[in-house]
Amino acid sequence: MAEFTLLVNGSEKKVSVSPETPLLWVLRDTLELTGTKFGCGAGLCGACTVHVEGSPVRSCSMPVSQVSGKKVTTIEGLGANGLHVLQLAWIAEEVPQCGYCQTGQIMTAAALLAKTPNPSDEQITQAMNGNLCRCGTYERIRKAIHRAASGGGAR
Amino acid sequence: MSPLSRREFVAAGIAAGAGLVVGFYLPHGESHKEVFSPNAYLRITPDNKITIVVARSEMGQGVRTALPMILAEELEADWKQIEIEQAGASTLYGDQTTGGSASVRTTWDPMRKAGAQAREMLISAAALTWSVPRSACAAQEGAIVHTASKRRLNYGELATKASTLPIPTDVPLKQSKDYKIVGQRLARVDTPSKVRGEAVFGIDFKMPGMKYAALARCPTIGGKLGSFDDSESKKTPGVVYVGKLSDAAVAVVADSVWSALEGRRLLNVNWDDGPNKNLNSTAVKESLKAAAAKKGASLYAAGDVSKVSGRRVSAEYSLPFMAHAPMEPGNCAANYSGERCELWAPTQVPQDCRDSVAQAVGLDPDQVKVNVTLMGGGFGRRLEHDYAVEAALVSKALHDAKIGGPVKVIWTREDDMRCSTYRPASLHQLSAVLDGSGFPVAFTHRLIAPSISGQKGQPGPNGIDPDLPDEAALVYGLPNVSLEYVLAETPVPLGWMRSVYALQAGFASESFIDELAAAAGKDPLEYRLHMLAKDQDISYFTTIWKTARMRGVLQLAAEKAGWKNSLPAGRYRGIACFACFSTYAAEVVEISMENDAPRVHRVVAVVDCGQVVNPSILEQQIQGGVVYALSNALRAQITIDQGRVVQGNFDDYPPLRMDEAPVVEVYAVPSAEAPTGIGEPSVPPLAPALCNAIYAATKKRIRALPILN
Repeated sequence: MAEFTLLVNGSEKKVSVSPETPLLWVLRDTLELTGTKFGCGAGLCGACTVHVEGSPVRSCSMPVSQVSGKKVTTIEGLGANGLHVLQLAWIAEEVPQCGYCQTGQIMTAAALLAKTPNPSDEQITQAMNGNLCRCGTYERIRKAIHRAASGGGAR
Repeated sequence: MSPLSRREFVAAGIAAGAGLVVGFYLPHGESHKEVFSPNAYLRITPDNKITIVVARSEMGQGVRTALPMILAEELEADWKQIEIEQAGASTLYGDQTTGGSASVRTTWDPMRKAGAQAREMLISAAALTWSVPRSACAAQEGAIVHTASKRRLNYGELATKASTLPIPTDVPLKQSKDYKIVGQRLARVDTPSKVRGEAVFGIDFKMPGMKYAALARCPTIGGKLGSFDDSESKKTPGVVYVGKLSDAAVAVVADSVWSALEGRRLLNVNWDDGPNKNLNSTAVKESLKAAAAKKGASLYAAGDVSKVSGRRVSAEYSLPFMAHAPMEPGNCAANYSGERCELWAPTQVPQDCRDSVAQAVGLDPDQVKVNVTLMGGGFGRRLEHDYAVEAALVSKALHDAKIGGPVKVIWTREDDMRCSTYRPASLHQLSAVLDGSGFPVAFTHRLIAPSISGQKGQPGPNGIDPDLPDEAALVYGLPNVSLEYVLAETPVPLGWMRSVYALQAGFASESFIDELAAAAGKDPLEYRLHMLAKDQDISYFTTIWKTARMRGVLQLAAEKAGWKNSLPAGRYRGIACFACFSTYAAEVVEISMENDAPRVHRVVAVVDCGQVVNPSILEQQIQGGVVYALSNALRAQITIDQGRVVQGNFDDYPPLRMDEAPVVEVYAVPSAEAPTGIGEPSVPPLAPALCNAIYAATKKRIRALPILN
């Protein structure tokens, strides 16, 4: 066991866990932020995507020791004031079916838009290809990203 | 206490619907007399809160929205006012199994009647209040209005009076032309919480003191636990319990998921591999071939195929085992306390969970409470209840060990891939005799596969798997037809995976129809339309299939896809149609070939599913079904080596990603018929339409899935 301090969604969190514990389980079990999902445990599906210092990271494969002192943003903290434009676009396009992968999808899309505010179809595919959806919502995900990029979050 | 088979529940549900049976419900005792609850699906309180109970499970298919829409329509409710409540396992709602594309089609009548019953009682309550005839009152957007005086009382204001009135059993139902809610593209009720990360899936459920369990399960099919050494495991920080759970599993319990997984990693288990240790995929294929020599049971027969002679075309098709792989791995929380056991289960079968858990921990079913959580996908995997039994057994072990308290069992992706149930592998022998114009005058399809329900101890009559009546019809008006099911055996655990046998049956028969069209030198669309030209009813088990409706979906698909227009160079098309779960579907797939692999650009999918309840949900289900089916067709394959499942995660069992996802255009044939299934019928036509497109591109016929083998 060791102590780590993380900056999660803007507030300082101290956790006492073994250093190799993946960030995912610290978020879900220790900090009770369950919007970040467990899908594969191997960085293959993207359901566990969070931002570390603004970059998308697979939290299932990131030991907590490597994010000590760093800024972590989860779906719960994505919208600084209310919902993020992507969350509004996700609602407007009715993207989710089961919804399990969608928080990870939104976190990946948010990192894309932060760097590329008006992405092409190809850039969207490239950014989103690591995020699996078994319900097959890819077409609506693409539409929602375009909608958010064009400033049209709400319906 | 044996749960109804999947087939029986669909039949029972339809029968219940036909008789307009509504579950009756006693509101919570005398102190709640002001609650107006004429049936188990609806509660209206004096503060004008209207709650509709959903007794099926939400796994992404939209039942928490679609089923309340049906009731709200008849209630003449204001949709914005409606609150939704998820029912747990109950005795009030008939069979609550969520599967077989059945939720809307089997609750259409009960939900309509539940709403209409309440509406009529509210009208009576208002008429009595105003001392006016009932006929002078009308229900409008959550209120009863006295048309002449424009007086208005909302449903909450009428709740107390309505609850004193007799409950009518024979109530008028609305005409579809008058629908205001059903048929609208209403937003799903579960979307906002899902995009906020607030939705509680099974894996997210938490209660004070809850521990987490990871199980070491025997990796060899049918194998057992030999011995295990838990000394290292027990040293893992956070681990509170390690113990044998069953003949084939050891549980490691800890105060966090990660500690439980670490504890399991350090467990040293010797498995007794048992009778299947030499089983491999080659042996599975051989056993299907061997079974093919047997005579099967007739699914359908018209005319006499043996008496027809002429030009014969024959082919064999085969499909592998496949895994459901929903995004949320298996899990379930349980709290056993000696006299009671409460579960929080992401499940398609709350009642099976209740009954199986009761049996496993030695309680009566009414001592087991099952709460149904959201599911991160189901696709049939959660028609099993293994996760619930595991959770209850672990909770009981903790109780008995005086550790006590609730526990959640969590499966990893590898657990889910390797210790699952699988779509049955199958072999198909098809044969046809063509007349002088190239059309089949005799058609034979022998479907050789193990029986899912049979393996679970519930074989159907004549050994015919009870799912086949919903999933293996041939809707062409041919004079001589023989459809036969040949039962094969396998030790590989079998489960119902989205569209079940319809995927196998549809792939084989619709690919073969394309072969016949090619042999006849005819356009595959025109070939099919010719066989559907006459209006005929085809009676297959309890369903009457209509060639006219199949013709309708094909024609609309062809029109929307521009079948008659030429394609740009390098683009090719394939078409297929199939009917299952009382719904007709046709798809046109447009591809190009890149390095010998197909790239699917566009899919036009058309269904005739009767009345559409919510077009947005319909579109989701069909887009999702097409993507799921494309995953299956391209790469889905579970193989067996030394008695173990080879695949473990999304690297060696890779689902479709965005780069391969086509544009899916969805159309429904306008219809006022009662709604039929929509979760599964878009799956079967995809693989044959795709392989038919590959044939158009390459003249190579793909007769075994997956395509990219």
